[in-house]
Amino acid sequence: MDLSRTPAEEAFRAELRRWLAHVLPQLPPAPDPGDWPGRRAYDCAWQRMLHDAGYAGIHWPKEVGGRGAGPAEHLIHLEETEKAGAPYVGANFVGLLHAGPTIAAEGTAEQRRRWLPPILRGEQVWCQGFSEPQAGSDLASLRTRAVREGDTYVVTGSKLWTSHAEVADWCELLVRTDPEAPGHRGITWLAMPMDAPGVTVRPLRTLAGSTEFAQVFLDEVRVPVANRLGAENDGWRVTMVTLSFERGTAFAGEVVACRRTLGEVAAQARSNGAWDDPVVRRRLGRLAAEFSALWSLIAWNVSHAGDGSPGLGGSVFKLRYSHARQELFDAAAEVLGRGSLSAAHRWTHERLSSLSYTIAAGTSQIQRNIVAERLLGLPKGP
Amino acid sequence: MDFRLTEEQQALRAGARELLAGRFGRERLRAAVEAKDLDRGLWAELAGAGMFSMRLAEPEGGAGLGLPEAVLVFEEAGRALLPGPLVATHLAAGLLDEAVVAVVDTTRRPLLAEHLADAQAVLVLDGKRVRRADPAAFDPVPEPCLDPLTPLYRVRGGPHTMESLAVLDTDVRTLRRQGALLTAALQLGIALRTLESAVAHAREREQFGRPIGSFQAVKHLCADMLGRAEVARVAVYAASVTGDAVDTATAKLLADEAAVRNARDCLQVHGGTGFTWEADVHLFLKRAWVHATQYADAAANEETLAAALRR
Repeated sequence: MDLSRTPAEEAFRAELRRWLAHVLPQLPPAPDPGDWPGRRAYDCAWQRMLHDAGYAGIHWPKEVGGRGAGPAEHLIHLEETEKAGAPYVGANFVGLLHAGPTIAAEGTAEQRRRWLPPILRGEQVWCQGFSEPQAGSDLASLRTRAVREGDTYVVTGSKLWTSHAEVADWCELLVRTDPEAPGHRGITWLAMPMDAPGVTVRPLRTLAGSTEFAQVFLDEVRVPVANRLGAENDGWRVTMVTLSFERGTAFAGEVVACRRTLGEVAAQARSNGAWDDPVVRRRLGRLAAEFSALWSLIAWNVSHAGDGSPGLGGSVFKLRYSHARQELFDAAAEVLGRGSLSAAHRWTHERLSSLSYTIAAGTSQIQRNIVAERLLGLPKGP
Repeated sequence: MDFRLTEEQQALRAGARELLAGRFGRERLRAAVEAKDLDRGLWAELAGAGMFSMRLAEPEGGAGLGLPEAVLVFEEAGRALLPGPLVATHLAAGLLDEAVVAVVDTTRRPLLAEHLADAQAVLVLDGKRVRRADPAAFDPVPEPCLDPLTPLYRVRGGPHTMESLAVLDTDVRTLRRQGALLTAALQLGIALRTLESAVAHAREREQFGRPIGSFQAVKHLCADMLGRAEVARVAVYAASVTGDAVDTATAKLLADEAAVRNARDCLQVHGGTGFTWEADVHLFLKRAWVHATQYADAAANEETLAAALRR
């Protein structure tokens, strides 16, 4: 149990801080949230700056263009970029945090050379085609069909809740290649170019008013067999290899941000009198404990990442974090009182968007099933 | 940074678990419920194994270990539901020579103290100092305790009689912090043990022709128990490494909650059996309730955490 930093790790932190202080003032103003081409350009320019300074793919292997650093540097990087107010991964979320690590783990040398460097350089944006209108929590029941014709798959179906679809170059797509096989056994992972004929993107508006995701219609889209990761009908395993681990670390920057927001909420409460209420103070104190422990849980998960059991902390983390984030912005609303009705307040928007956290990437109910069945060994349900 | 337990730490925890399983299994636990006195043979064995002196330097009779190691051993003590003034005696190592030591915290009302009749000496904590007293000096009156394994006493003697007591050369805030952390480690053990008990019962017990653990209503109770225990675990371990006051408040708050709520959910999973005296579940819940009031309760921990938020 060692939470200290070596001199080399502290030197890495100092160097990163210096670099952030130097480059962040040079960034152009952040684009309007509704301006997707503008957001893509902004997010990719930031990713390019990270890459050119040697900070892209901190924990990715060197041979695919990463820095090859250990978990300590990975965490320091997440912590410092957030503390400095650097941009989020944004449109590069899927490429950097899911499709990329999946390709790194399961791709051939040729596939890794082809797809990973452009992700790290901020040149190609990925989106995720997993959920379908009839396949949500029961993801393995997905119906989008891929029929083999020579060295091509012909794909027909529809994908739902696809973030960044409007500006993506690639889609990591789960398709059914064996309609006879039960559930997850007939699924294959494909990299689909989003500009292929037959791909139609229809943006969907969220309850927060923004268009963060889309429905994607696929009408006889031709995808080369060379774009398949892993074997045919092995896509479920290919996908799950990285999913659980990324659940454990993808939100590290957000936990830092939540702790900062909590400090701001406390400052607001001190200035408007809400702090005099012990119920408010205790509610904020409890949240401080929760976010502090979630940060420790990330450090725990990252430290155990090489042990082959990363899934545990990942699902537990997601369950607790998604709930804590909602509770944070509910507490912020209590501190603001009727001021929380203003849609112009930053916390109001965060309160609305936090509602997706207990649904996206596996609902809390599905996470509890995973925890109970895979970690605690309870029998499958009726 | 590597938050994993070292091989030595894993071996220490495994050794503690093995020792306690051998010396304080279920039969001994149930026998202790009926017995009124501390098992001094077991106590001497624990002392011999270094339970209390482990953090002293080797020349002083200790093993030169740190808080992280102590926390691992206390986690096992909590898991075994080992009775006795474990934390107080551990804190007294190097300060007092007596074999069994209790604590009286004079800042709390009503003034109640655990294990006084079994103790040979008392650490008296107020807001500023740590003093030494004889148990008899408090004129203790037995008070029936909801936990059958924790003898409780109403204590007389206020601050005016304290002045005559010998002041010990140690920092009261550090002692309270370490007491809170070791108590949190006991709670972590309770949270883990009740989780295991609930899961084992849910896999075995059948209703509607299938194990009750196959139903989501039961499954989700168990999943949340694991969440509480794992969050408490990392909070307790992190505080044992940093020794920080706010980290300790985090650890105590989350471990208290994990122990109490896991014990309640464990009772719920056990159904009617869980409400009986014969089942062990109530012993875990009652002990968790006792520990939750010790050193710093939820209100105190939450206020400590709130005060530390950015001004």
